[in-house]
Order: sequence, then C-alpha cells, then structure tokens
Amino acid sequence: MSASAHHAEEHWPHEPEKATLEGRNKVLGFWLFLGGESVLFGTLFATFLALRDQVGDGPTAAELFKLPMVAAATMILLVSSLTSVFAVQALHRKDVKAMLNWLIVTVILGFGFLALEIYEFVEYIHEGHTFTTSAFSSAFYTLVGFHGAHVAFGVAWITILIVQIFKKGLNFVTAPKIYVSAIYWHFIDVVWVFIFTVVYLMGKVG
Amino acid sequence: MAHTAHTVKRYRGLMDWLTTVDHKKIGVLYLIAGALFFGIGGIEAILIRIQLIKPMNDFVDPQTFNELITMHGTTMIFLGVMPIIFALMNAIVPLQIGARDVAFPFLNSLGFWTFFFGGLLLNLSWLIGGVPDAGWTSYVPLSSTEYSPHHGVDFYTLGLQISGIGTLIGGINFLATIINMRAPGMSFMRMPMFTWASFITSALILFAFPAVTVGLVLLTFDRLFGGNFFYIPNGGSIVLWQHIFWIFGHPEVYILILPAFGIISDVISTFSRKRLFGYSSMVFATVLIGFLGFMVWAHHMFTVGLGPVANALFSIATMLIAVPTGIKIFNWLFTMWGGSIKFTAANLYAVGFIPTFVMGGVTGVMLASAPADFQFHDTYFVVAHFHYVIVGGLVLGLFSGLHYWWPKMFGRVLAEGLGKATFWMFYIGFQLTFFVQHFLGLTGMPRRVVTYLPNQGFDTMNLISTVGAIMMGIGVLMFLYNIVITSRKPANASNDPWEDGRTLEWTIPSPPPEYNFKQTPLVRGYDAWWKEKMDGNTEMKPAEPIGSIHMPSPSILPFFMSIGLFIAGLGFMFAKDEFGSGIVGFLFNNYIISGLGLLITFGCMFLRSVIDDHGYHIEKEELEDKGVKA
Repeated sequence: MSASAHHAEEHWPHEPEKATLEGRNKVLGFWLFLGGESVLFGTLFATFLALRDQVGDGPTAAELFKLPMVAAATMILLVSSLTSVFAVQALHRKDVKAMLNWLIVTVILGFGFLALEIYEFVEYIHEGHTFTTSAFSSAFYTLVGFHGAHVAFGVAWITILIVQIFKKGLNFVTAPKIYVSAIYWHFIDVVWVFIFTVVYLMGKVG
Repeated sequence: MAHTAHTVKRYRGLMDWLTTVDHKKIGVLYLIAGALFFGIGGIEAILIRIQLIKPMNDFVDPQTFNELITMHGTTMIFLGVMPIIFALMNAIVPLQIGARDVAFPFLNSLGFWTFFFGGLLLNLSWLIGGVPDAGWTSYVPLSSTEYSPHHGVDFYTLGLQISGIGTLIGGINFLATIINMRAPGMSFMRMPMFTWASFITSALILFAFPAVTVGLVLLTFDRLFGGNFFYIPNGGSIVLWQHIFWIFGHPEVYILILPAFGIISDVISTFSRKRLFGYSSMVFATVLIGFLGFMVWAHHMFTVGLGPVANALFSIATMLIAVPTGIKIFNWLFTMWGGSIKFTAANLYAVGFIPTFVMGGVTGVMLASAPADFQFHDTYFVVAHFHYVIVGGLVLGLFSGLHYWWPKMFGRVLAEGLGKATFWMFYIGFQLTFFVQHFLGLTGMPRRVVTYLPNQGFDTMNLISTVGAIMMGIGVLMFLYNIVITSRKPANASNDPWEDGRTLEWTIPSPPPEYNFKQTPLVRGYDAWWKEKMDGNTEMKPAEPIGSIHMPSPSILPFFMSIGLFIAGLGFMFAKDEFGSGIVGFLFNNYIISGLGLLITFGCMFLRSVIDDHGYHIEKEELEDKGVKA
C-alpha cells in the first residue's frame, strides 16, 4: 500500500497527510488521542471548579490575577494557532518554504506564551501563592501547568519537525507529522480558551 | 518499489520478543504477562480465604491482610484480566476484520511494555518500600501520607499510572485498527461480535482512563509534592477522589465485561452452528451499555450523602443497564434454541457463563436500589455481586475464549477432556466460594475485615467459601497443566479446527503467518467464512492479486521507553527518602534518577520521530513458497 504511494509522489494530492494508509491511521489515531486528552483536561477543569473557592490563608483568584498580561498571553496563543493554519495551507500547496516560515513563527509565539506563563507563575509565588498554599493553588497550578507542559511539548515537537523537514523534505511520510502537530497545537489553544474563561475571567468576576 | 527497505534486521530468540511489533506475538506476550499477574492475584485471593477459613484466625496479621486485599483487587483488574483481554484482542481482532496488522504496530508494542513495567513497578512493592494497603479504590484520606505513610500507595499511583498509559495506547490502537483496517466488504454491521465488543471496550478505555490518570496524578501530587487536593485542612475534598475514581471505575467494569460478551457471542454461535440471534440488537445493546456505563458512577457512592435526587437518578440509570444486558442474555438463549449444540470445553464455559452472569446482574439491580444499598453497602453481598460478574462473567468468558482461539494462536487444540474437567472443578469451586457470600453479606459480615468472632452464623459459610476458592485454584492449575501437555503435541491444527468456524480467522493457517492473509479477503456478508462454506466454497474470494506485502520493522524503542518510565517512577517515589550511602541518596534526592528515566523515555520518542521506519517487503515469490498450505 505504501509502495503504491511512492509512485504517486510526483502528484501532490489535496490532502497529502491522508495519501497513505499510515497517514490516514496517524490522523485518525491522533483525533482519538485528543478525545482522551479532552477527558483529561475535563477532569482537571472539574477538579479546579470543585476547589477554586478553597483558598485558605492564601490569596484569592480576584486578588491574584492580572488580566492584561493573561490577555496578552491569550492573544499570542490564538495568533500562533492562526500561523499554524497558514503552515498547513502551505503544506497543502507543497510550498515548503512558506510552511517552514509559518512553523517557525508558531514556535516563536509558543515560546513567547511560555515565557509569559513562567513569569506569571514566578510572580504568584512571590505573592505567596505556591503549589502547597491551598486546594485552590494546587488545582490552579495543576490545571494551568498541565496546559503549559502541553505547550512546551508542542514547541519541542514542532521544532524537531522543522529540522526533519529541512533534512528530509516534505513527502508523504513527513506531511502527516506536520498535520497532526497542527491539530495538537489547535487543541491546546482551545484548552487555553477554556482556561482563560474558567480560571481567569470567572476568577475575576466571581 | 522500496528496494532499500528489504534489508531489515530479523531478530531471533529473546530479542525477537523484545522487539516484535507483530500483533500475534504481542498477544502472546500479553497472555504470558497477564497469566503471571493473574497467578499472583490468585495466590493473594487464596491467602485471603485461608485467613478467613475460621473465626479469630491469625494466619496473616491485619496489615498483611489489608495489603493482600488491596493487591488482589488491583492486580486482578489492571494486571490480570485486562491483559488477557488484550491478548485475545491482539491475537484475534485483526484476523476477524481481515487485516494484515493493527493500525499502529509500534504503539502496540509500546502499549504492552508500558503495561508490563507498570505492573512490575506495582508488584515490586512486595520487595521494597511497602505494599499498597488502602484498598483497590485507594480512598482518601486512608491513602494519604497521614494514614499511609510508607511508599505502598506511591507504588499504586505510579505503577497504575504507567500501566494505564499502556492501556490507553492499546485502546486507541484498536479503535483506529477497527475503523481503518477492515477488509473490503467488512462493513461495521458485518463485524463479528468479539470485534464489536473490542471496539466499544476500546472507546470506553479512551474516555475512561484519562480520568483515572488525573486522579492518580492528583493523589501523587498530594503525596509527593504536598498538594492539597484531598487534604481537608487546606480546603481539599475527599469526595472529589471518589467521583474521579468511579467516573473511571464504573466504565472500567464494562471495559472488562464487554469483551467477555463478545467472546460468548462468537462461541455460542459457532457451537450452536447457528447465526447469532438478533445480531443488530446485540450490537445496539453493546453500544448502549457502553454509553450508559458513563452515567452510573455515583451508584458506588450512595452512602456518601449526595442527596435523594442524585441517588434516585443514578439508581434509575443503573437499572436501565439491565435492559440491554437482558437483551443479550435472551439473544444467547435464542441462538442456542434449535441449534445443534456441541458442548466443547469452550462452549461449556460459555453456557456456564449465562446463569452466573444473570445472578450477578440480578444482585446488581438489587444494589442499584439506593435504599437497599444502604443495607448491602460494604458487606460480603457486594463482594459476592462483583465476583459473580467478574469471575462468573469475565473469567469464564476468558477461559471460553482461550479454549476457542488457542488453536488459532498456537496451532494446537487444548485437551478437550481435561478442559471439561477443569471447567467443572472451576465452576463448582466458583459457586461454592461466592454463592454463600451473598448470605454472609445479608447476615451482616462486612467486607475487608481481617477476621470475625465465632457463632455469628459466619463460620460454616466462610469454611465453604474457602474450600471453593481452593477448588478454583486447582482448576487454574489444571488449566496450566493442560497448556503444558498441549504444548508437547505437534502443532497440527487445521485452519478451521472446530469445523464450524464462521469468521475470517478460521480461513487462514493456525497459527497464521506473520502477514496473516496472503491475499486480503473479500467479505460478502455477516459470518463471512460461514457464508462461503454455505455457498460451497473452500476458501475466501480474494480482494486483490498476490503481491508483495509491506511489513513494519521490529524495534527495541518501546521496551526502553517503558523502562525509562519505570526508572522515573522509582526516582520520584524515593526522591525525598533518606539513604544510607551518599551517592545513592545524591542521585535520588536531586531528582537525577527520575530525570534520567524521563530522559530515556523522551529520548526514545525523539529517535522514533527522526528515524523513518521504511519497514520491509515480503515478496510474491516468498509468499508462494510457504503459502501453499492455505
């Protein structure tokens, strides 16, 4: 099956990520994996919602959060999702140069988000909001930290893929890899939208 | 064609097993590992029963007893029966859908090794650091560092975490396999019931296991890093653990039982020599059970005090599950009705399954009634109930499946006479063990107690129960003996050793060649092979000409990835301990061991990403050399 795919290499189909059976399996399997990830984050959100008012002696969400910086982080991550869309569009056109450029922009934005998040966490720790302060603080750092770890993993992953594309070029083996990393990136973006709403906005309002 | 890819390393001996990505060999690995843990869990069960054989017994001390019940439950569920289910899924599902392999052969191997090293880590607790002793449910605060200060529960959280990753990977793999890899003509509504059950079970795994992943993470954080999730003085909630555990735990019991339903459906249909009665309703019932399985978790928590409304809703949802389950029971009975039934060992287990499972189901509906549950809760009645569904349901189903598919997996038919004797030994032992436990519970014996006072009406029934447990143990030994004597016979099973095979696995040699199907078969209806037989054909119609077959390369990376997680688990667990010698303490206390473990795992992931697996081809000529048997 993959043998016949090698013959078709000259012809670049509309969805190159699904040109081979391996590619189709990878895309499907990855969507399924994200289904599991949704349950994972759903459970973390449920935990956070159950514990978010249990601040004990520590600071409350309203005292702690500074929306302008979180809003900036949100904008950065949303834009990075857009740039990864541009990368996938370039992938479909087989425009390797544009794809690589957009992937690099995505990674840089990802780093920007991570830097803001680390800065934010350090600030909170100075204000007496550490992992062990209260049930709220444990739940906060676990939920937001799990997301941050996902972003960090995504940044490392996409970086490795960029290097691979430089070395191996874009073909039916590498195309699905780029594609699923883009789905992954959108997923952690969507999770962040929920974190922004449930953790930060609801934390400020009530 | 990819000529460069043809020079692939082919390993032999131990390296072959460590690196294999062949689903049939991974199935055998799952079977061996599952049998090992099943044996450990079984010994624990017998030790529990020996302790309870008479009142005021002092065979084991209370601490050891707590460790035994915890490890018995945990080992049996996560490391004993689930891997044996995965063994049969691996060995059979790709064959039943006419596939050459699973969707992700590499991940399949990774799933096995993470499960195995997770199980190893959990059982290592018997040798170092303390044994989990907070029950298989590990309720907080019992499992908190306050009440369980040694490392027992850490082995539980990290061991299950690692093996859970393996299970999740396996679930995703089978979903993708069944969706994408079916042979031409094998539509969803033509799939054999075992494949259907594996499909739904995999979906349940996908949506249930991440919940326990989070639960275990939270408990780990509480225990190792001072988190407050379940620490009430700092605002934590203990009911939260129960919700998270059971939102996983209840689907888990359907993850266990659905494959047994699938096995029973295939076996009963084959040995009644009839099409499965009500196939579509069977599929519908399976899907419905899977769906409802997520709606009932709080019936484990009726006595927590969630209030009458919540209790009533979960009560009703639980009772609803009896409807699709009842559909299945009647479908099996109607399949046998008017069939020309052969009572092989496999079929004895399948037929024996029906009444015991009905009993387990009836006590389940009794327990579903919240007011009654306040009486039954935490008594031996509950123990009797879930052993009727898990042993009387799932384990009988697994024995049935093992007898049925053994020739397909190993090319040898298990000794039938001994198999039937084993069935009676195990079955009578099972009924003796657990039937009386209903009455023990109703007369008030609580579960999880190390001993009891004499003359409360418990003495005789406990003695009977222990005798039954020993009979079950003998039954398992008889089964092992059967395997030993069978393995000495020549591997001469035909393609279709039961002669009444209905599904695709019976159209290829026993055991199948590594590529399974020389030519992908064309499926023309439900019970594809039976249909061809009825049309007078001696083999399946091929859907493709004979051509070269692409195979994935073996890889050692999954093995090392899992070892990395194992090392990281140990590293995190002992990071805050004090060590006698300087260097060991230095390595653990500075998170060097745990970092090293994670480095190995992520390093292997990196290698997997950058090294392309071109696989290799089995050429047409090779196929024609050895494929003549088919």
